[in-house]
Amino acid sequence: MSSLVIKNLRVGVETDSGLTEILKGVDLTVNSGETHAIMGPNGSGKSTLAYSIAGHPKYTIMGGTVTLDGVDVLEMSVDERAKAGLFLAMQYPVEVPGVSVSNFLRTAATALRGEAPKIRTWVGEVKAAMTKLNMDPAFSERSVNEGFSGGEKKRHEILQLELLKPKIAILDETDSGLDVDALRIVSEGVNRVKVESNIGVLLITHYTRILRYIKPDFVHVFANGHIVEEGGAELADKLEEHGYAEYIKA
Amino acid sequence: MSSLTSNLLKHADTPTGREEAWRFTPLKRLAGLHDRETNVVDQPSLFQKSGDQAGVSLKLVAADSVPPISTTDDVIVERIRESVSRVTLLEINRNSEVSQPITLNRKNSVDKELSRTVIRAGSNSKATVIIENTGGSLIGEEIEIILDSGATLNFVTLQEWENTTVHLARHHAIVGRDATFNSITVSVGGSVVRILPTVEYTGPGASAELLGVYFATDGQHLEHRIHVDHGVPHAKSRVNYKGALAGNQARSVWIGDVFIRAIAEGTDTYELNRNLLLTDGARADSVPNLEIETGEIIGAGHASTTGRFDDEQLFYLMSRGIASEEARRLVIRGFFSEIIGKIGDEVIEERLMSRIDNDLAKVGA
Ligand SMILES: Nc1ncnc2c1ncn2[C@@H]1O[C@H](COP(=O)(O)OP(=O)(O)O)[C@@H](O)[C@H]1O
Ligand SMILES: [Mg+2]
Repeated sequence: MSSLVIKNLRVGVETDSGLTEILKGVDLTVNSGETHAIMGPNGSGKSTLAYSIAGHPKYTIMGGTVTLDGVDVLEMSVDERAKAGLFLAMQYPVEVPGVSVSNFLRTAATALRGEAPKIRTWVGEVKAAMTKLNMDPAFSERSVNEGFSGGEKKRHEILQLELLKPKIAILDETDSGLDVDALRIVSEGVNRVKVESNIGVLLITHYTRILRYIKPDFVHVFANGHIVEEGGAELADKLEEHGYAEYIKA
Repeated sequence: MSSLTSNLLKHADTPTGREEAWRFTPLKRLAGLHDRETNVVDQPSLFQKSGDQAGVSLKLVAADSVPPISTTDDVIVERIRESVSRVTLLEINRNSEVSQPITLNRKNSVDKELSRTVIRAGSNSKATVIIENTGGSLIGEEIEIILDSGATLNFVTLQEWENTTVHLARHHAIVGRDATFNSITVSVGGSVVRILPTVEYTGPGASAELLGVYFATDGQHLEHRIHVDHGVPHAKSRVNYKGALAGNQARSVWIGDVFIRAIAEGTDTYELNRNLLLTDGARADSVPNLEIETGEIIGAGHASTTGRFDDEQLFYLMSRGIASEEARRLVIRGFFSEIIGKIGDEVIEERLMSRIDNDLAKVGA
């Protein structure tokens, strides 16, 4: 049983006019086995929250705490956060030219497991996970994210989720840019990992459609850098109908 | 071995550093190689490491039996031509397909040495030549590479010198009708390395690919001055050099001169140079230069970029648990693999990558 606990988190970015506050006090707890949806308009700070938890150097912590099972996450380097059990499926996965997917996955698995996975079982493991995500095995030899379509990038993120088995996964707009089939395949991948490893999921999305495939236990409406309303799955239906208009008023 | 002492007084053509061709080069560190007043031994030091191979001959011949074909205005090359008594001649017989790479390496190199090598790829031959430059020395070198019609030659030079070496060279290819010259120049070692990878064409349908990689750390000066002379119609050239620099006073110079003469209709050329500055204190100069005398061409372009390490790539890798040093290694290996991966010999590729890893670790980048 793991808990990611975020308390009064305030985060800023450096802009031309100095440090600008983007997250204005976020409180959120995600436990193993729970799925939380964070929904909010563009520019409300959802990715900022995801990146801050993962430790992206662009963001400055201005206040508050983030702990995983009681341990201070904000003090950790980016790789230490991953080793502690956090995973971020990125909205815009980064291209790493010349580094093959297979080399990347194996290096990551080695780092997270503390030893290199046995080559034979590893190859089988990767192949099986790729098959389930409907990915061509030839993918392994391509450079990480280079020339991938939007959908391929997202599948590759979920492939990593399946192989790296974190405690808590943050999925930042994993649904954007996916057609219906790809959305189903990717969602099934997330659901598999939930069942197999009982992970906690923080699902960031702009649209409700992914919630038809991945059922949230909690829905949080995010606007202007903090959570403005919380509820169960039914809150998503309300958003579907009325949109974010009532939350964006100043 | 004959020791040559210049019989003339101070030569007027000794570079001062004000010349366009020499303005980037640290003349003080050349130990007089560029100055006819210093003693330099005339000696061929290349040997065939790969042993006897069918269709291939390597021998030493009298210098006047293989007079230079190309013209040059480079002082070092002029000095080599005036000085050497013997030339290393590597011949690949016409129609021969040499399956294994012809690997040459250095032996018996002396303190200061001038050497001239001629490689002749007979018509419709196919071969790969790999030159492994290791050790410590001061060497002025000219290699003339002649590709007869229809020949395909892969030409790889590896500058894996010790970090005291000064290597001033011209590797000049003369590419015949429908011949294909593919070269890879790798410079990772040496104190000062200044190579002129140059190309001229003698018949239509000729093609040249000049790829290169350099990695300069603390105090190293690595200079590559490409010159492609499109003097015939319907020839093709591709240039792609990638460099990374780390550490104090790490220095690289890349010049990419491409000339398309009026007669050279149907030319297709593109040149690219990318530099990665890994630390402060490193400097990369990159000067592409395209001169076009005819509009009747297929394409001509160039690009040059010099940038810092991409923090987003580092973040992505680290967010998967990969520690920062390892993430940097992966990104840098990835950057170079586009070219190093084309050498086609895993042992060499891994050797070069490990050297880069180690040098990187030493400067703590
Ligand atoms: N580097 C930056 N410089 C200036 N503003 C930024 C920077 N990064 C993010 N922002 C601003 O922070 C806000 C939140 O962005 P983001 O977290 O990406 O929102 P979301 O993911 O909800 O669409 C936006 O208004 C955006 O313009
Ligand atoms: Mg976003």
